[in-house]
Amino acid sequence: MALALFMILVPLAAGLGLWCVKSDGIRKILVIGVTLAVCACAVALAGLPTPLDLAGVSLDHHWLNWGILAVEIAMSLYIMYVGWRAKHPLIVLLALAQTGLMTWFEFSAGSQLVASQNLFVDKLAVIMALINGLVGGGICIYALGYMREYHEVAHRKVPDRRPLFFALLFVFMGAMFGLVFANNLMWLFLFWEITTLCSFLLIGYTQTEEAARNARRALVMNLAGGLAFAVAIVWCFQKIHSIELQALIGSKQALVLLPAALLCFAGITKSAQLPFSSWLLGAMVAPTPVSALLHSSTMVKAGVYLVLRMAPVITGTKVGMMVAMVGGATFVIGSLAAITTGEAKRVLAWSTIANLGLIVLCGGIGTYEALWAGVLLIIFHAVAKCLLFLCVGTVDHQLHSLNIEDMSGLIRRMPHVAVMMLIGMAGMFLAPFGMLISKWAVLKAVVDAAPLLSVFIVFGSSATLFFWVKWMGKLVEVVGNDEPAKQEFVPSEAVALYGLATATFLTCLLFPLISSRLVEPYVVDVYGQTASLSPGNVIIMTIMMAMVMLFPLSFIRHGRGVKMVDAYLGGANVKGGVRFLGSANAVEEVTMHNYYLRGLLSESVLSRWGVLGCAVLLVVMLMVANL
Amino acid sequence: MSGLSKSPWILHYDASSCNGCDIEVLACLTPVFDVERLGVVNTGNPKHADIFLVTGAVNEQSRNVILNLYNQMPEPKVVVAVGVCAATGGIFRECYNISGGVDSIIPVDVYVPGCAARPEAIIDGVVQALGVLERKHTDMAATIPNQTRSAS
Amino acid sequence: MRVILYLVAAPVVGCLLSGWDRRITARMQGRRGPPILQPLYDVQKLWQKESMVVRRYQNLYILFFLLLVIFTGALFFAGSDLLLVIFALTLAAVFFVLGAYKASSPYSFIGAERELIQIMAYEPMILLTAIGMYIATRSFSVDAIAGHPTLLVLVLPGVFVGFLYTLEIKFRKSPFDLSSSHHAHQELVRGITTEFSGRTLAMIEIAHWYETVFLLGWVYLFFASSPLLGVLVSLLVFVFVILVDNVFARLKWQTAIRSAWLVTAVLGFGNILILSLMH
Repeated sequence: MALALFMILVPLAAGLGLWCVKSDGIRKILVIGVTLAVCACAVALAGLPTPLDLAGVSLDHHWLNWGILAVEIAMSLYIMYVGWRAKHPLIVLLALAQTGLMTWFEFSAGSQLVASQNLFVDKLAVIMALINGLVGGGICIYALGYMREYHEVAHRKVPDRRPLFFALLFVFMGAMFGLVFANNLMWLFLFWEITTLCSFLLIGYTQTEEAARNARRALVMNLAGGLAFAVAIVWCFQKIHSIELQALIGSKQALVLLPAALLCFAGITKSAQLPFSSWLLGAMVAPTPVSALLHSSTMVKAGVYLVLRMAPVITGTKVGMMVAMVGGATFVIGSLAAITTGEAKRVLAWSTIANLGLIVLCGGIGTYEALWAGVLLIIFHAVAKCLLFLCVGTVDHQLHSLNIEDMSGLIRRMPHVAVMMLIGMAGMFLAPFGMLISKWAVLKAVVDAAPLLSVFIVFGSSATLFFWVKWMGKLVEVVGNDEPAKQEFVPSEAVALYGLATATFLTCLLFPLISSRLVEPYVVDVYGQTASLSPGNVIIMTIMMAMVMLFPLSFIRHGRGVKMVDAYLGGANVKGGVRFLGSANAVEEVTMHNYYLRGLLSESVLSRWGVLGCAVLLVVMLMVANL
Repeated sequence: MSGLSKSPWILHYDASSCNGCDIEVLACLTPVFDVERLGVVNTGNPKHADIFLVTGAVNEQSRNVILNLYNQMPEPKVVVAVGVCAATGGIFRECYNISGGVDSIIPVDVYVPGCAARPEAIIDGVVQALGVLERKHTDMAATIPNQTRSAS
Repeated sequence: MRVILYLVAAPVVGCLLSGWDRRITARMQGRRGPPILQPLYDVQKLWQKESMVVRRYQNLYILFFLLLVIFTGALFFAGSDLLLVIFALTLAAVFFVLGAYKASSPYSFIGAERELIQIMAYEPMILLTAIGMYIATRSFSVDAIAGHPTLLVLVLPGVFVGFLYTLEIKFRKSPFDLSSSHHAHQELVRGITTEFSGRTLAMIEIAHWYETVFLLGWVYLFFASSPLLGVLVSLLVFVFVILVDNVFARLKWQTAIRSAWLVTAVLGFGNILILSLMH
């Protein structure tokens, strides 16, 4: 119990402390220290038996509730101020509605708003805590070196507000712990809103007009989700007289379907599913650690975490089907859209949206197989996507470009980063890495429960293959006489990058262990039975993994005594690089640009139809939940 | 049998030919002559080819191309000069832009005369080139492995 | 065991099939065609050629492509999970494409891009084929599907036709020989295989033999409950693929992917829709 509280409060406190720290050195010590402490706690938590015995601790509910309300009102006032300043009425209205509702609720039902257990730590919470601690911690360490480069070299014009930056990172980390440990829905709501606020402030970090605009868009969409959350809490209390998450999950479906649907709605906005995807795409203007932490590995995972929690409630219902279809449609459209763009961070953003769609699909289907697949997806996606974002950030600082076309030959120019990117990308879609195993699990779950939804998965996964492999190809091709860069990354970045690359590998190797120790017990807790990988298949996966690992090893002895010649260019080759003699005896360089299929697919058309379709699905979902 | 002579893949290049010999070369692929019976495949790619079939004489534009293509062919390889222009420069021998037949820049193994060379002659030339190819292969295999041997 | 039989017999069968392919094609074009063992002579010759590369490590990708194709077929004939087989095949294909990218030449580059488009075109259908077989037999295991008493093609006609369509893409035959073609003088030179020579090119050819046997084995699965019919149909399908190859000219890649996805959606998904409604 103390451990859980410690993990919530220490980062929060550290965050507030970091706000005041101006010196680089103290900041470094504080960041590394807190990160290590939090990681140690998370690992220790994983070792404890769950669910943790937390019932014995009683907290003085009354003033705690008022305290929470006070914090919420303070945040709301700030948000309304922001909305008013920016002449954005929707922000003001949503914040007002949300806080107004909660205040009324608190006043009208005050003394009854007690929870027998405010915190609840089961295996899923442990998994999320591990991700938040280890992956999030890694990002914080990475940010130390990255932000120094950012302000001193790459983006001199951006005002240096690093104290605020790191403060927000840690406040966010604390809020995430609170979010996953909370059983009391009011507490969950508070932490949810804190993450919204952190996201808003961090997206707007660079204080450019574009950043401010995107930050406001994120704010509006997350506030809409927050409003749905608030209504869900009130409705839930009306129906079952409890504000505990576990009580909600355990209730009869007919009673709590609407609150569950509303919570799914909130989860969908937070994890940027269609129709709410544009905020995540816009959030890519923020510095890379923000994109990695909030917008791929942790905050958006909070949204799908909530949907997965709702799985037992919505499984087999029309609400569940609507949620699953929103997830599936997002997966297909996100994957297709990622093909059409050449900006690295945009590709990663669409890919994130798409993979979160898969997890939402699992949550919507809600069978034990789907839940198993969904949790696995969370784990593997968080690690691999984070690695990719951090690598892209490092590449950005070296090449001053986020365009994939400029990453040609990276395997020569920045070999270590290129290899780690390849590992990350392989981890995203290639057998036998984690995401593929998870996708396989999703397919199995889908064919058992709702075979028609498989159409989303088959089309989406072929699309993902296309954009990942063409990016991988860009990295390995060598067209010019590229020299290796003098220094690929700074030490703090190195720690995070190597750590995450190892983590991607290890999570895949240790997959059976992770599944049996962490994921399967959770699924058994919820459903009484679980899916798992059969021993035969584990052996096959291991063989494939061995073959894939043989590949880099075989580079060592290979390539002696081969004759190197130029590429075929119709015989018009000119020495040195891929060049040929063109007309009028001019030496032409060969440029090779990837296909973006823009004649076939249009990002804007896809978005438009996706937004329309999924909006309709959500409306239907809410209507159906009411019946 | 090493199999080399049973699977001759050709690279057909027109140096400065009037296309007469080229038409005859392509005619060999048609049903009337059908060189695929002999396993001949017309690959457009030097890296896949064993036999370099050149028509036309060498001029300034084709000089480097012939050298590049020849260098991009893996050993063992043979060169067949098709038509009198490729052999000696033909009727264009004295022209200011022609430096001579193909053998002025790369070693030629078989000369197929004619203007234009007849398909039967071209096929005969290819078959003779196969014999040369076999000989080169045995020579190549006989040398010490780590030494690279240039074809002469 | 079946796996060892596959490892040893598949290249032989594949070689003969490839030889018959060229023979039948030649006869359809009014020629006589090469000897049946011609592919073997080709591979023999290629094996003895000098090793030539554009980038030092490009051939390594192709070696792993070959190993993984063999592994895929071995998995299939050992009777394991069909989805795993598809994923292993995808892994192999990715190695092939990356090798072509590594070669850093414009022709191999475009060949690689087009190969990716081809993969994107056929992958939905083969996944739907696996799913269709699961719905019909309640199992993904090839062993179980092969042992199923009903003739699967009767339950999955749409899926079968869609699968044939994608076979044409998988075999790299017209109208879908976008990335590389056995025919002479293509606008891509040799496309994805342009920069590979000697032993590596031989490995690509051998990999195609293994792949051919594996794909025809999958066609057999549709008729598994009557083995003789299965073998017959597999061979007929092979001849049919050659016929289509000779009749059609190459399509543009846009048409290829559009038509493939349309066929997948209408025939493949339609079949599965009807199946699920019937259950």
